[in-house]
Amino acid sequence: MRVGVVTFPGTLDDQDAARAVRLAGAEAVPLWHADHDLRGVDAVFLPGGFSYGDYLRCGAISRFAPLMEELIPAAKAGLPVLGTCNGFQILCEAHLLPGALTRNAGLHYLCRDQGIRVENNATAWTGQFDQGQEILLPIKHGEGRYVADAATLAELERAGRVVFRYTGGNPNGSLNDIAGICNEAGNVVGLMPHPEHAVEELTGAPSVDGRGFFTSILKKLVTA
Amino acid sequence: MTLDSVKRALQSPDERMPFAELGMKEDEYQRVKEILGRRPTGSELAIYSVMWSEHCSYKSSKVHLRQFATKAPASEALLVGMGENAGVVDIGDGWAATFKIESHNHPSYVEPHQGAATGVGGIVRDIMSMGARPIAVMDSLRFGGLDQHDTRRVLPGVVEGISHYGNCLGLPNIGGEVVFDPCYIGNPLVNALCVGLLRKDQIKLATAPGPGNKVVLFGARTGADGIGGASVLASATFEDESQAKRPAVQVGDPFMEKLLIECCLELYQADVVVGIQDLGAAGVSCATTELAAKGTGGMAVDLNLVPLRDPTLRPEEILMSESQERMMAVVTPEDIAAFMAICEKWDVPATVIGEVTDSGRLTMTWDGEVIVDIPPGTAADEGPVYQRPFHEPAGQAALNTHVELARPDDLRATLLQLLGSANLSSREWVTSQYDRYVRGNTVLAQPADAGVLRISESMPGADETTRGIALATDGNGRYAKLDPYAGAQLALAEAYRNVAVTGATPLAVTNCLNFGSPEDPEVMWQFAEAVRGLADACKTLGVPVTGGNVSFYNQTGAAAIHPTPVVGVLGVIEDVARRVPSGFTAANLRVVLLGDTADEFGGSEWAHVAHNHLGGLPPRVRLDAERALATVLTTAAKRGLLAGSHDLSDGGLAVALAEACLARGIGAAVSLPGEDAFVDLFSESSARALVCVEAEKFAALAELCANNEVPCYGLGVTGGTSLTVEDILEIPIATLRETHQATLPAVFG
Repeated sequence: MRVGVVTFPGTLDDQDAARAVRLAGAEAVPLWHADHDLRGVDAVFLPGGFSYGDYLRCGAISRFAPLMEELIPAAKAGLPVLGTCNGFQILCEAHLLPGALTRNAGLHYLCRDQGIRVENNATAWTGQFDQGQEILLPIKHGEGRYVADAATLAELERAGRVVFRYTGGNPNGSLNDIAGICNEAGNVVGLMPHPEHAVEELTGAPSVDGRGFFTSILKKLVTA
Repeated sequence: MTLDSVKRALQSPDERMPFAELGMKEDEYQRVKEILGRRPTGSELAIYSVMWSEHCSYKSSKVHLRQFATKAPASEALLVGMGENAGVVDIGDGWAATFKIESHNHPSYVEPHQGAATGVGGIVRDIMSMGARPIAVMDSLRFGGLDQHDTRRVLPGVVEGISHYGNCLGLPNIGGEVVFDPCYIGNPLVNALCVGLLRKDQIKLATAPGPGNKVVLFGARTGADGIGGASVLASATFEDESQAKRPAVQVGDPFMEKLLIECCLELYQADVVVGIQDLGAAGVSCATTELAAKGTGGMAVDLNLVPLRDPTLRPEEILMSESQERMMAVVTPEDIAAFMAICEKWDVPATVIGEVTDSGRLTMTWDGEVIVDIPPGTAADEGPVYQRPFHEPAGQAALNTHVELARPDDLRATLLQLLGSANLSSREWVTSQYDRYVRGNTVLAQPADAGVLRISESMPGADETTRGIALATDGNGRYAKLDPYAGAQLALAEAYRNVAVTGATPLAVTNCLNFGSPEDPEVMWQFAEAVRGLADACKTLGVPVTGGNVSFYNQTGAAAIHPTPVVGVLGVIEDVARRVPSGFTAANLRVVLLGDTADEFGGSEWAHVAHNHLGGLPPRVRLDAERALATVLTTAAKRGLLAGSHDLSDGGLAVALAEACLARGIGAAVSLPGEDAFVDLFSESSARALVCVEAEKFAALAELCANNEVPCYGLGVTGGTSLTVEDILEIPIATLRETHQATLPAVFG
C-alpha cells in the first residue's frame, strides 16, 4: 500500500507523517507541492505546518498549489485523504470539507495532550476505533477553532460527519467541541489533533492512539 | 548624497567621520586610520564600527575567555571548538552534534516579540552554517518581578515571539528556564539555544578559499531593519530613549528561515558549498570580512548586486543591515548552476555578489567606484582588546555576611508558598505555547530536567543508531551575585546534573554570559570571577566549553542585573530507550535521595520568597561529588535500575518531591534522613538527586552508590494521592497541582 505525504513550502510534520505510515507497514510516498503528480498513491496524508508561512490565511495559498489541482478531483472521486492541523485547514480552504478554522479562543498557540472522542468509526481513517472510543492525541495550533454556519453545523451533526470531539475541556473554542469532520462520502477526514505524534512509546505524546488512523486506512485499502 | 569612495577619502583626508555616533572610541578610530593609511570611507567606517563593537569583537571579554581554551580538559569528543559559528561534538556512531546559546536581550526589551523571534532565528542559522540540520531549540529567559507592570508587556511578547518563530520553523522546543527577579525589569534576558545534527565528516566552516570562487548571498532580501543592532543596541547601556531604538530591532520571517534550512541541507547533500556563513550581527560586513579573513584572504564584492527590499538603501546601510534569514556561501564556478537550481527549488532568492581573490584585500564597489579596500583580518580578527580594570564591589563583604533568618514552623505552608512562587510554579503557561513534538524525536521535554532527543531518523537516509542526546540550561543570578566564581560553577553543576539524571553522560558546554557594563570595574570583577569559575569547573568535570556568547551592558543607568552566567550542557546516551523519565512513574517504588544535605540557605529560593532576602554565601560547590553522582546516575540508567529521577535544586528536596508527584499524579510517603526537617526539606545543597527504583533493585543501586562514595538514603515509597512527609505534612496532589499551576495564568491570563 502506498500512502502519499504532501510537502508544501513550510510543511513541518511531513517527516512524522511518513514515519507513522511506515510504522504501520505501508510505503510513504513523498508528494511535492509543485508537481502535477499523485504518483499513483492509494491514499494521501496532508500533514501540519505553516504552508506558505500561513500568510494571508492558513491554507489559503496551498489550495492553489499544482498538486492540489490533482488532489481535489481525486478526493472528490473517492481517494482517501487525511488532513491534520494545517492539512485540515487546507482541506477546508479547498472546499473538500465545509467550515473554517479560526484563531483559538484563548488567542495563544497551544500545545498539549488532549482527550478526543471518536464519534464516527465508519470513515476511511477511523474504522479500527470503537464508536465513542476516548483517545489521547497531541494538539498544537494557534488557529484550530472550528466554525461553520448553523445550517452546516446541523447537517454535519445530523449526518454523523463530526468524526472527533474534544473531551475534558475544549482547547480552542471550537463550535460543538468539534476536533475533526469528514466529507459526505467519509473518504476525506480533517482534524486538528496529530495522530502522527502518538505512534511510538519512546517519543511524542504519552499515547500510541494515533496508530489507529494508519491501521484503519490500511485495512480499508486491503479490503477494498 | 555624495558617494564616499576611497578616491574621495584620499582627497579629503580631514573630513570629520561620525565614528562616535557609530559607537566607536577616538583611539579606535585612530587605529583604523593607521591600518588604512588614510581616513576610512563611510562604508569602511561602517564595517569597522560593527566588527569592533563589543558584541562582535568581544574586546572586553577576550582576555578572560581565553581560559576556556587554556584550561580546557582533554576531550576526544571535541571536533570543533571555540571561534567558529558553533562548537561541534562527537556523539558516536559517526554522528556529531553542534550546539550554542546566544543572547538577544536588548532587542527583546525594545520590541519583545521580534526581539525574541529573531534571537531564535539567529542561533538556528549559526547551527545551519556548521553543516547541520537544526533539531531542537531551548530558551533561558529572565524577566522582572512577576508583580511588576512591565513584565506583563515583555513576557507575553517574548513568549509569543519564540513560539511563533520556533513553531513555524518546525523545531521542537524541549526545555529552558523562566526566572523572575526585579533586577531584570529594565533588562530582560532572552538566551536562545539551538542544537543540530550532522555526520562527523560533513562539518562546514566559515571560510572563503580558492580565488575565482563565487560569493553567493542567498535568502531574504536586505532591508533597513536592524541597522546597527550590534553596535548601537547590544553594545551600550540603555538610557531612557530606548524606544527610539526600535528601528534597530530586526524583523523575522520564519517561513523564509524554514525554506533556508531545507535549502541549505540540500546544498550540503549535493556538496556544492565550499564555505558558508550566516548573516547575523553586522550582516554583510561580518560575513564578508570573516569569510575572507579565514580563506585565501581576498574578496571582491559589487554591493550594487545585493538584492534590496528598500531600493533607497545606501551602501553604508547595506553593510550594517541585520535583516534576517540571509546566508552567504562560497561556491566553485562549476557548481554555481547546481547551487542556483537548488535555491530555485526552495524559492530562495540567491545572487552572486562577488568572488574570492588572492589580493589579501576585501574590496567593494558601488556604482563602479571602490568604496571599501581593507585587509579583512583587521576588521574580523584584529579588533581592539581591552584589559578592563576590575575590583571587588564595595558592598561585596557586607552582602556575604550571614544573616540569621527566622525559620518557619509550618513546613506544609512553606512548601505550598514555594510551589506557588513566581520562580517555582508551573511554567506551563509559557511552554504550552511551544511545539515540543514536531519532527517526532522528542523523548523528554520540559518540565523534565533535560530535553532528550532520539538521533535516529533525525536525518532521513542516515545510518540507524540507538543513541540520543540530552540538553539542559541552568543559571542562578542570585548565587552569582553572592559569589560569581561559585555561581558560575553552580550553574554548570546543575546543568551537568540535569543531563545526568536522564541517564546521559555530559560531554560539552556552551554558555551565555549576561552581565552589566564592562566599563564598571565592579561588573568586570563579576565577569572575571564567573569566567574563571566556569573554566575551572569545566576542567574538573571534564567537559570543554565549545562556544557561547557574552552579553554586556545589561544595565539601565547605574543598575546592573545580577551577574547571570547561563550554562548549557550537552550529553549523550548510548541507548536512548534507556533514558530515565522525570519524576515518580509508578506506585510502590522506593524513593531514594542521593547526596548529602547541609544547612545552606544563602541565595536560596526560600530566603527569596519568605524573606525577600539576598545575602550570605551560595551553597558549597562540590564538583567531585557532582562527578560521582553523575557516574551513579548514568551507570544506574544503563543497567536499567532507575524507574524515574529528578534533580534537586531551587527549593530543595521538598519542591523536588512535589514536582516528582506532579509528573504523573503519583503520590509518595517519605521520612527524612536528617535531624532538622526544615534543612532536609528546603536546603539547596548541590550534588543531589531524587530517584525512584523498584524495590528489588534498591540493593544494586545502594551498592553502586557505595562504590562511588555517593550517600544514598531510602526515604519511602511511591503511591497514593498525597505527598506525605512523616507527620510533618500531608498534601493531596490535587492541592499541589492547583497551587503549582495557578500562578502564571493569574498574571498573564
